Amino acid sequence: MEILKVKDLVVNYGMIKAVKGASFCVNQGEIVALIGANGAGKTSILHTVTGLLSAKEGSIEFDGKDITRTKAHDIVKLGMAHVPEGRRVFGDLTVIENLKLGAYIRNDKAGIEESLDKIYKRFPRLFERKTQVAGTLSGGEQQMLAMGRALMSNPKVILMDEPSMGLSPLYVNEIFDIIREIHESGTTVLLVEQNAKKALSIADRAYVLETGNIVLDGDAKTLIDDDSVKKAYLGE
Amino acid sequence: MLINFIEQLINGLRTGSIYALIAIGYTMVYGIAKMINFAHGDIIMVGAYALYFSISVLGLPVPVALLLTVIVCSVLGVLIEKIAYKPLRKAQPLAVLITAIGMSFFLQSSSLLIFGSTPIPFQSVIPNENIKVGPVIISSITLVTLVVTAVAMILLTLFINKTKMGSAMRAVSEDKGAAELMGINVNSTISMTFAIGSALAAVAGILYISQYQSMKPTLGALPGIKAFVAAVLGGIGSIPGAMLGGILLGLIESVSKAYISTELADAIVFGVLIVVLLFRPSGLLGKKKIVKV
Repeated sequence: MEILKVKDLVVNYGMIKAVKGASFCVNQGEIVALIGANGAGKTSILHTVTGLLSAKEGSIEFDGKDITRTKAHDIVKLGMAHVPEGRRVFGDLTVIENLKLGAYIRNDKAGIEESLDKIYKRFPRLFERKTQVAGTLSGGEQQMLAMGRALMSNPKVILMDEPSMGLSPLYVNEIFDIIREIHESGTTVLLVEQNAKKALSIADRAYVLETGNIVLDGDAKTLIDDDSVKKAYLGE
Repeated sequence: MLINFIEQLINGLRTGSIYALIAIGYTMVYGIAKMINFAHGDIIMVGAYALYFSISVLGLPVPVALLLTVIVCSVLGVLIEKIAYKPLRKAQPLAVLITAIGMSFFLQSSSLLIFGSTPIPFQSVIPNENIKVGPVIISSITLVTLVVTAVAMILLTLFINKTKMGSAMRAVSEDKGAAELMGINVNSTISMTFAIGSALAAVAGILYISQYQSMKPTLGALPGIKAFVAAVLGGIGSIPGAMLGGILLGLIESVSKAYISTELADAIVFGVLIVVLLFRPSGLLGKKKIVKV
């Protein structure tokens, strides 16, 4: 079943046409990767899906509803969470305050506490640092916090923008393990990554973006062996 | 000599409390909307006139008049943001600054048109008595000012740090986009900030007018600009900074007036600001800006 369906999306970013008619879909339970070079329009697509940017043309459908013109703060309520590029945790707030803001749309106190416990189990390091302000965490810890914060809203679909960016190889592996775990616990994942090799290794399907257009799509396993993908994105 | 000094300090605390209440509005709005709301001082004036109008013209009982004054100012603050500043949210900072100055003139001129330029005498709503604490004499107005300010600051601090809405406000002031992604309605959070800031300005206006007992359309200008100085002194964007800056400014002003020179008091106040900013450009409690590359 298609849970997210993007059709003929055109997005302008300032004067630049960042996305030029992209169509793709994400089925329930999948990990779908959007790969492509810097400036291909990956982040613009994610921002438009979650309402931070508005679509110039085209449509976005989520869980059977048209959300093309829905405001960002209302889209979260429908069950979509977004882990933005560069983590964007609230640096002056403590870890626990960041996580609680992730549950801003929820009102079930007991349920929120339960989710908080789950997050602490999945990310023991966040538990250790729960009263620390987020700005003092390392890059990898901030990435975990951004993921934990997004999970606090109990999303059906989670969008992740460059989760491995700027992290040490050790952390990169850990982050990808966590993405796999999140997916295994039943959350659908749309992943944007420059690290194409890593992304394709955990994804079910993938779309390749080039200067605002989708130029290739298919099974991740097929794409990983595709000669043009190998040459352009896997450095082989 | 010592008693006189203590009395001067208490006077300074009183003036400083009023500056602090106003400075909080400047600093909260700056924190969330990244703009200096130069019309903020004139909200004090609107508060003073609203109180006068409710009591002397409408004949409302004092508690009702006080409540009405706070409501009028809050609504006005929210309206000003919606009408004048919101359309400019993506505009250059200079355009917003000029609009804010324009809004200040607009409020002053409107009040001039309605109430005229002759100062209107207005009796304090707080009974004026002198209270003796040992050898020190404190006026009841001063006492009420100190208590009201302390209560307002405690409530505000609890609200900002302990409530969901408070942490939403802090989130918005840090990163509007990320706050949206949490499901926080940024527009209503900004409105809330203007409402709280203006309500505090209304309280400051009521306390100010109780002290000075005379009204003119420009009455908000001077306390407004001094409170702005207080906010910068404490570190613009920081609420504890605004509180500290306001109180310090009041104390310096009062002590300068008493022991150095009444004429030079304002110059000394601004001199202190310049010296502090030379050594701590982001103010006493302000955060150093880290420019990320």
